[in-house]
Amino acid sequence: MQSGAPRFLPAGEMALVVEFGTTIDPALNDRVRALDRALAAQPIAGIVETVPTYRSLMIHFDPRLLSTAALIERIRRLDPEPDDVGAPARHWLIPVCYDAPHAEDLGEVAAALGLSPEKVAALHAGAAYRVYMYGFAPGYVFLGGLPSELTISRRPVPRPPVAPGAVLIAGGQALIASIAMPTGWYDIGRTPAALFDPRRRPAFLVEIGDMVTFEPIDGATFAALQQAAAEGLPVARPKA
Amino acid sequence: MPGILRVLRAGPGATVQDGGRYHHRRHGVTPAGPMDWAAFRTANLALGNDPDRPAAVEIGLSGVEFLYEAAAPVGVALCGGGFSWLRDGSEVGPAARLVLRPGERLAARPTAGAFAYLAVAGGLDTPVELGSRATHTRSRMGGIEGRMLREGDVLPLLAEEARLGEARIAAPWLTRNAAPLRVVLGPQDDYFGDDALSAFFSEEFRLTTASDRMAYRLEGPEIAHKESFNIVSDGIAMGAIQIAGDKKPLVLMADHPPTGGYPKLGHVARADIGRLAQLRRGETCRFVRVSVEEARAALLALEGEIAATARYLHAPLRQSSTQDLPRHNRIDGVVDERSS
Repeated sequence: MQSGAPRFLPAGEMALVVEFGTTIDPALNDRVRALDRALAAQPIAGIVETVPTYRSLMIHFDPRLLSTAALIERIRRLDPEPDDVGAPARHWLIPVCYDAPHAEDLGEVAAALGLSPEKVAALHAGAAYRVYMYGFAPGYVFLGGLPSELTISRRPVPRPPVAPGAVLIAGGQALIASIAMPTGWYDIGRTPAALFDPRRRPAFLVEIGDMVTFEPIDGATFAALQQAAAEGLPVARPKA
Repeated sequence: MPGILRVLRAGPGATVQDGGRYHHRRHGVTPAGPMDWAAFRTANLALGNDPDRPAAVEIGLSGVEFLYEAAAPVGVALCGGGFSWLRDGSEVGPAARLVLRPGERLAARPTAGAFAYLAVAGGLDTPVELGSRATHTRSRMGGIEGRMLREGDVLPLLAEEARLGEARIAAPWLTRNAAPLRVVLGPQDDYFGDDALSAFFSEEFRLTTASDRMAYRLEGPEIAHKESFNIVSDGIAMGAIQIAGDKKPLVLMADHPPTGGYPKLGHVARADIGRLAQLRRGETCRFVRVSVEEARAALLALEGEIAATARYLHAPLRQSSTQDLPRHNRIDGVVDERSS
């Protein structure tokens, strides 16, 4: 575990960034999660919400109840090793179809990397990923752990919107798209699982710190699971 | 049964907003909410509403016209920018509390500023998503089908009450003011050299046409990074001044994503966000550096002034009520309850 005091950086007078480092690193992300959990276990009046990212925790607060200096002082006094609160990290099995008409960019990625499309899919489905953060849009999860053979830089110009559930890669990272959005990433598969469903409780399926593995499925299975998901049935499941 | 506001006319830019969709930023959810929180809050408080929770209409540069359909009158408050408002064709000024009667029409014309608010007593009764009625068009959440308002839309009201009379609303934060916008440095001010920081705080910037509820893009001197302009994504708060590879400031506004990957030189103080939001494309602004303590003090002072004005507007009788209301009030049909 990386050590050293975090940097406290103001983001205006209503938010504070507690920065543990500047890189993508599981040990840094562990410290982000530890502080997030410590704040959940020992709530500080005036904190509105926290946003964990790869390497820092953003704390949004009500300036009527807290000043930046008072918040920093309170964080310094927190017990850094609280009893674990909330659900433990889970390992999700998420079905993905790597066949056409899904996986619109699989051929392009395979050609650029000098691999067969089957090899790209096998490498992607053969890895275990860590959920580092959400971002970009509701339910978009950023995953670390992409095999280095699948490193491809982002598109110079965004591509047209991907379908909800598109599984994307770029810049050595993986991402699951929850809603249709244009993106600079590459679409190499699609999951029928809804990572975000505002009608469901909880609305967001996975939590930061969870693990994810992709299970390849064929087109017929995709269609059946998509129907199940539309009926509100769980399609992705935590590993026993 | 409470009435409705029927949209007779709406160009692009009119949305339903409440104080914002908070507590879900960790899951990638944009808060949205008003561009000019001070004007939004003033409109709600003028009606005796909670300052932030009730949903109101935010109106952009295309204006809007409503028809009130109901069995009984309702209190409404309008303010923000320097829009002119008309009730059944008669001017009611830029900021007022009105008692709207069934069958009356209310129209907003954007004569100055960029955003105005129409609040109703009790608030609008559009669907709540993830705890908020705020519209975020990019993720199609909130408001009416997650989109801007258009002709034919119906906005149901939660209440049918008009317990406060008509009054003109006057407040310094609702008028234009060219003072520099206050900025708190960080979190990535160390990505910029002294030359870049000094250019940022001494030169003038102009709002470009590539500006919307998500971000205001500014044109001015180049703000160069010392080295790289890529950072590993971290959190974003409203007002963040992000500088990407084009070396131009992009100020993240109400519809900002909750995380992002460009260095942020600083944040526009919350007390000045409304003034920035009210800029039109082509208008200019300057920035001045303040400490985080100064920004907080400015915010608390402004919040106190807004609350005090609301108390004043609620006072049933006040000795010197003629002092600043009817004297400036050259408006037909707007009568201060305290002078009647």
